[in-house]
Amino acid sequence: MSGTGGPSLMDSLFQRTLDDLIKGIRLHLPGPAQSTFISKSLDEIRREITSTDLHTKSTALQKLTYLHSLHHFDISFAAFHAVELTSSPSFLHKKTGYLAASLSFRPSTDVLLLLTNQLRKDLSSTNQHEVSLALECLSVICTLDLARDLTPDIFNLLMSSKIFVRKKAVACLLKVFSQYPDAVRVCFKRLVENLETVGGASDNGTMLAATVGVFCELARKEPRAYLPLAPEFYKILVESRNNWVLIKVLKIFAQLGRLEPRLAKKVVEPICELMKRSEAKSLVFECVRTVVSSFYEYEFAVKLAVEKIREFLLDSDLNLRYLGLQGLLLVAPHHLWAVVENKEVVIKSLSDVDRNIKLEALRLVMSMVCDDNVVEICRVLVGYALKSDPEFCNEILRSMLSTCSKNVYEIIIDFDWYVSLLGEMARIPHCQNGEEIEYQLIDIGMRVKDVRPELVRVGRDLLIDPALLGNPFIHRILSAAAWVSGEYVKFSRNPFEIMEALLQPRTNLLPPSIRSVYIHSAFKVLSFCLHSYLSFEKGASSSPPNFVDIEPGFTYSESEQEFTETDQATSSSALHKRDTFTQESIANVLTLVITSLTPLAESHDVEIQERVRNVLGLARLAQQEISCHNDQKEKMVDKADLKTSIIIRLINDALSEDFGPITFSAQERVPVPDGLVLEENLRKLDSICADVQLPISESFSLVKPNFLPADGDSISNQQNEEESETSAAESTSLLAEHRKRHGLFYLPSDHTKNASSSFPPANDPKQRDNDVDDLVKLTEESLVLKRKPNLSRPRPVVVKLDEGDRLPIAVKKTDENDDLISGAVRDVLLGNEASSHSNNLSGRRKGKSHSKDKVENSETGSSSKRRSKHRNHSKNVEENENGEKGKQKSGGKHKSRRRADGGVDVAVEKPVIPDFLL
Amino acid sequence: MILAMIVINNQGKPRLAKFYNYTPVEQQQHIIRSIYSVLCLQPENVTNFIEGASFLGPDTRLVYKLFATLYFVFVFDSSENELAMFDLIQVYVETLEKCFNNVCELDIVLNYSKMHTILDEMILGGQVVETNSEKVMQAVEEISKLEKVTTATKLISKSASLLWG
Repeated sequence: MSGTGGPSLMDSLFQRTLDDLIKGIRLHLPGPAQSTFISKSLDEIRREITSTDLHTKSTALQKLTYLHSLHHFDISFAAFHAVELTSSPSFLHKKTGYLAASLSFRPSTDVLLLLTNQLRKDLSSTNQHEVSLALECLSVICTLDLARDLTPDIFNLLMSSKIFVRKKAVACLLKVFSQYPDAVRVCFKRLVENLETVGGASDNGTMLAATVGVFCELARKEPRAYLPLAPEFYKILVESRNNWVLIKVLKIFAQLGRLEPRLAKKVVEPICELMKRSEAKSLVFECVRTVVSSFYEYEFAVKLAVEKIREFLLDSDLNLRYLGLQGLLLVAPHHLWAVVENKEVVIKSLSDVDRNIKLEALRLVMSMVCDDNVVEICRVLVGYALKSDPEFCNEILRSMLSTCSKNVYEIIIDFDWYVSLLGEMARIPHCQNGEEIEYQLIDIGMRVKDVRPELVRVGRDLLIDPALLGNPFIHRILSAAAWVSGEYVKFSRNPFEIMEALLQPRTNLLPPSIRSVYIHSAFKVLSFCLHSYLSFEKGASSSPPNFVDIEPGFTYSESEQEFTETDQATSSSALHKRDTFTQESIANVLTLVITSLTPLAESHDVEIQERVRNVLGLARLAQQEISCHNDQKEKMVDKADLKTSIIIRLINDALSEDFGPITFSAQERVPVPDGLVLEENLRKLDSICADVQLPISESFSLVKPNFLPADGDSISNQQNEEESETSAAESTSLLAEHRKRHGLFYLPSDHTKNASSSFPPANDPKQRDNDVDDLVKLTEESLVLKRKPNLSRPRPVVVKLDEGDRLPIAVKKTDENDDLISGAVRDVLLGNEASSHSNNLSGRRKGKSHSKDKVENSETGSSSKRRSKHRNHSKNVEENENGEKGKQKSGGKHKSRRRADGGVDVAVEKPVIPDFLL
Repeated sequence: MILAMIVINNQGKPRLAKFYNYTPVEQQQHIIRSIYSVLCLQPENVTNFIEGASFLGPDTRLVYKLFATLYFVFVFDSSENELAMFDLIQVYVETLEKCFNNVCELDIVLNYSKMHTILDEMILGGQVVETNSEKVMQAVEEISKLEKVTTATKLISKSASLLWG
């Protein structure tokens, strides 16, 4: 129809309206049909929007805005048209233009500055709805330039006689402040005045709500700056009847009360009054929240708040119950009795259908945990985890793991119990916390020496269960189990059994990285078996070895106790183990190792291949010599001379070094050896290593970092617990040094065994199905607040480091603008003199602050581009400044007088704000 | 402050989306989707609050209410009261009810700009400026009148130009 460009008259007459577009979209099925329709419409719109007819343009823009906001199309091409429409005399067009601008403009939209003049014009319009369009738009798209240029206009509106406009200007102010903190110096006094106009016109409720809302936002960022306004807020708290206003004032006091205890004393009673009096749940909850989070030192207030929380908890409305639990969680850190008082509700909520309520209840239960009841609570929770849906089950496990491991397992006394709990968690069907359990199993193994026998038992139970290998979620746990079984094999009751478990056929279900851990553990077990066998033979070569059948449950109780007491277990245990390590059993193990690992020697995974070859090498050597030794037994006098014996002894010595936890900064403490130049340029290495292509494989992660010359830092930063065995000796010596230097030890433990029965087993199946009443009863005993002295069972030594073991949390950075805002607020509250003094570095004459100077000054700061624009309005600004001066003076006087009148206020506030009563 | 107000139907189609801080449109789409993906999994008769920290950033909460086929969602931070936001949804829906008499999803679909007008009378820059639905209605009606005046004159001028043209 209109091939030559602009749309014809017919086009504009039969233009699709927004309604037509929406109906059209609804007619077409989602998918290709709909997108064809939309792209066709977009083509139409692109033509229509260039129309000179504003109505056509406006309709086109309406359609675009719709497509942008709900169908997420980019309409930046229409930005200029939106600006154009805002200047239309027609209200509809103007509204369309502003809506499009506020929904689609970016801070980087280039035509944004073209809007400045139109915004200014509309902000001073006599039509209040035009003003509100401009304010709405500005509140969304506000940039530094817009804020700076329009501050005077907003300032005018703050004293508008129309409440409708004034409250919107106040709400908009927040955005202006955040973009242009200097606006605070201009507008703050008027903002405060809006706070003081209480009880005037009937509409003041919303006016005040908007003003207090702005202060609430400001105070949230930097509360200290608003302390001087406390008397005003106090007045509102006592006098206002508007719930919206009161909620915001309470939020402000929650901030201020933390800073100024005397203020807290003053406001806590009115808040309690409100709490008692109010019918509105929202307000009551806000009072509760304020009291329990900021005024928790006031016993009577907290009591009242807890009463209210109880009402919430027993309400039939789920939302209120949820908030009640939230309130309880806020009370918990300072008043645990409140939680204990309501524990029935909390524990019942654990099995609620609602996820929010369940989570909140879980957090509350965790808040009650201490070293006396951790066993009980965990048992209850494991029961719940088994019954819950997978998601909540994992939530329970996660919170148990994090609570128990807090501050290096602070609350755990019985580590045997905890380790078996970890093992039990691994068996929970939905468990997806493998990584954390893996970490903790290894971490505890390294930190707590006394728990190692139990750890090995738990590891063994996990390893020998072939069913577990099929669940990928617990592969990580199995990896830890394999590692502890290999590392602490000397505590094992039956190393052969562990060997069988490590080499069972189903291990082919494991990913290569974990399988190589299995194989390496097999290596450790093998070398331990051989060493035990050979050293025993050496010590008692005269007595002929007698074969004893090995049962899985076969125990060496005496030797086990010896292990816990002495570190040099292997030599002393030889006597007790003489029955185990017979020649036949050793030969069996060697056959097992060789038959099951030989196929893997050709594995495609280098990590597996390498480790398999290590094990096979050792096994073949041993097999050969042991069988040959058997034949000529009489001739052989000293087995210690055998090549195998020597090798085994060496390997065993290497492996028997203990691992320990290492701080992140441990490397820095190692003195640099003489003659080692750390800063040496290693660039030459590049040319040497250029041809070497390092294969990238997941399993490499265990050893790789030590050889990679990728960058200098990576070498020095490699300090984690997965460190390869090569550095074991270094790390243990380091740890020893560490221990010597920082003797962070608890009481040494003795006879852990005697007390082991004092705790019920964590996985007692009989107690798992208790119903709620039983659980309540159970926790009742454990939740008694007074701590029973638990002397029967001393806590084992937990190796702690002097720093946080995990990475420190980054410190929260405050927004620079917030600082600027509160800085400006302080200046304004301190008085104009101080403000001008601190603000102007360009040497303005102090005490003779001409408004003209101020404008000039602000201009020097702004870019020259804006200079001309500013000139145009400098007069405007000048008037404002003068007006403000007067207001400020009278306002200040008024305020100080009022303060003097309100004797009580002064009494409270005097020490707080001596500077502000100038 | 209030960070966003979103109306989504139970199919996941947005019907109204207003963000009070500048949010790129792709991110808006992402937020709306992730909100819907949480909402559609909510069983009936559960609490109407959702902690938004995982998908909306720290210190964000979300209150929603389902009316027939539509979810009304407010996203806000800790300087707002949860129950008050709940009331605000009520006020908004009340106003819609007064506007459209027996409001249904179709009314909301077809009156896109009016939805914005009502919302803008209640919230500005993330701050609540009016909570009385009578007052909101009054302003909305005034605005409708202003809009109609211009539409009427346009139509006259248009038909006139047709005549002459």
